[in-house]
Amino acid sequence: MAQRTVAIGSSVGLHARPAALFVEAAQGTGLDVEIGRPGEEAVDAASILGVMALGAKHGEEVVLTAEGDGADEALDSLVELLARDLDAEG
Amino acid sequence: MSGDTRTGVGVSPGTVAGPVVQVAPPVRPPADEPMPTDSGAAVDAVLGALAAVAADLDERAAAADEHAAPILKATALIARDKGLAKSAGKHVGAGKGPANAIAAAVEEYAAQFEALGGYFAERVTDLRDVGSRAVAAVLGVPAPGVPTLDGPSVIVALDLAPAETAALDRTKVVAIITEAGGRTSHTAILAAQMGIPAVVQLHGATEIPEGTVVAVDGDSGEVTLDPDMELIEAQRVHRERRAQALAGVEGPGTTKDGHAVALLANIGGVDDAVAAGAQDLEGVGLFRTEFVYLSATTQPTVEEQAEIYRKVLEPFPGRRVVVRTLDAGADKPLAFANLGEEENPALGRRGLRLCQAMPQLLDSQLEALAIAARETGADVRVMAPMVATAEEASWFAARVKAAGLPKSGVMIEVPAAALRSRHVLEEVDFGSLGTNDLAQYTMAADRMEGELSDLLDPWQPAVIDVVAAACAGGEATGKPVGVCGESAGDPYLALVLTGLGVGSLSMAPKKVPAVKLALSLHTLDQCRELAEVARGARSATEARDAVRAAANPELTAVL
Repeated sequence: MAQRTVAIGSSVGLHARPAALFVEAAQGTGLDVEIGRPGEEAVDAASILGVMALGAKHGEEVVLTAEGDGADEALDSLVELLARDLDAEG
Repeated sequence: MSGDTRTGVGVSPGTVAGPVVQVAPPVRPPADEPMPTDSGAAVDAVLGALAAVAADLDERAAAADEHAAPILKATALIARDKGLAKSAGKHVGAGKGPANAIAAAVEEYAAQFEALGGYFAERVTDLRDVGSRAVAAVLGVPAPGVPTLDGPSVIVALDLAPAETAALDRTKVVAIITEAGGRTSHTAILAAQMGIPAVVQLHGATEIPEGTVVAVDGDSGEVTLDPDMELIEAQRVHRERRAQALAGVEGPGTTKDGHAVALLANIGGVDDAVAAGAQDLEGVGLFRTEFVYLSATTQPTVEEQAEIYRKVLEPFPGRRVVVRTLDAGADKPLAFANLGEEENPALGRRGLRLCQAMPQLLDSQLEALAIAARETGADVRVMAPMVATAEEASWFAARVKAAGLPKSGVMIEVPAAALRSRHVLEEVDFGSLGTNDLAQYTMAADRMEGELSDLLDPWQPAVIDVVAAACAGGEATGKPVGVCGESAGDPYLALVLTGLGVGSLSMAPKKVPAVKLALSLHTLDQCRELAEVARGARSATEARDAVRAAANPELTAVL
């Protein structure tokens, strides 16, 4: 199982637009990706409601996990996405 | 013979008749929905409804403009959410029918979002909208919101959400009636901008059967059910006479004896600017800049702002454009400039008060405006909202000067600024009365509270007195004072304001011709007399009636 930890880059946290972009990217991997706080129960990264309900704030660390072929590559791209300030990008 | 006539509050002038189209209210799941006998079929019904809602939202997103499309797409993502479907499925398993299962799943998530607060809580509206649509789909009833219109229609609703009003098909909606709402509600302002007759606060409006023909009078607020031919004909004749009289006035605003009163437009975006630029008016008296910020989650850069301001200013080379700097605060929160929840946002850190806490926000706006002003050649004058004291006015003027902009002004919407206008206006180049907020603060009545419409009537003698106080300061300092609230667009009140010493009137552009006509029929002295008549009245109704009775009958005959 692949696993990554990343701090949320978006200045207003993982809500609305950043959450939508992340969920679409997670769906695009075709893998079962989960996201959660370290040590807490994770949620399905393909669920916009689940991801928004996490309420991850700017700078807060989250753990991503995925299984299957290409899991490492998939998580690397998602980590890169979360680390960016998605709000600042237009 | 005509059926019954009811009276609401007329908020956008004009007379018209047409069939009623009721805007469906949010759909609730039936309390007596039976337990599903076949849970597999019930789950399918849930999934089918959610998929249909998602598809419908995607379709609307494809047809929507660049602002609405991302919102609709994100909402579609909610309808397609696996977690939501799974949760609804669990509720079916526990014995709920499909409609109640969807509603229960939606409420579970809504509770989580509300607990998170802030921006997360705001998403609850979208979530409940998805739920309401899916429940309607399961039950086979019309989706909530404005239906697709087949022809000219009178839209009737309890109240319209801003998004619903903005999305109305202007080619088919001939009038708007709401049972709630107020004089300065969003519906009222938008209807006036669109030039569609509108009546708010009409009791029992939502019970008028679909398809009933109603005659709407947006001036008097009268709505007649099943009007007879005589009334429809009278309205038609009146409409023609009015159009004819209004077509005859052109050029700058002036009284019968040549006293100039600049007639200007209130605008809130690029489309408004282009439309107003093409009209016979002298410029813009109120450019609301909030739209530049409200949809943004981070502060727009100076260049991004300048690009938008360029588009707004372009239609007005050599004409004046009065720009109100950012008027945000707890009631209109910005993602990137939030000072936290407030008990009482209307009295909180909004307008200039917010900018004083975050001066960089104002400075970047002024910088962008200076760039756009230079490049377009528009006569840009900036003013600050929510100014109460001379110190605040002075603070603002210094920043405007530092940005290299030629003229600064203040909104006079706090009674304190009106009462002390002599000192406040000394600090700046002009003042502009925002009569909607001025009425709210003078009468201590919430603008959003439709039930308080009477207190918020701009004809309230106390409000007129406060306007007079502001004008006295203008006269003492030699600084011009204008009005940019909706009251400037009431032809009779425009006469009173002119008589009080107001030098410019800014309104929804559609209202300009009637005001121009009113001014052309009265001398400045007559306007002063009408102002005395208004101030001598004991109530708003008395003031309005007395001024109407004392005005030139030629005006009364066509309005």
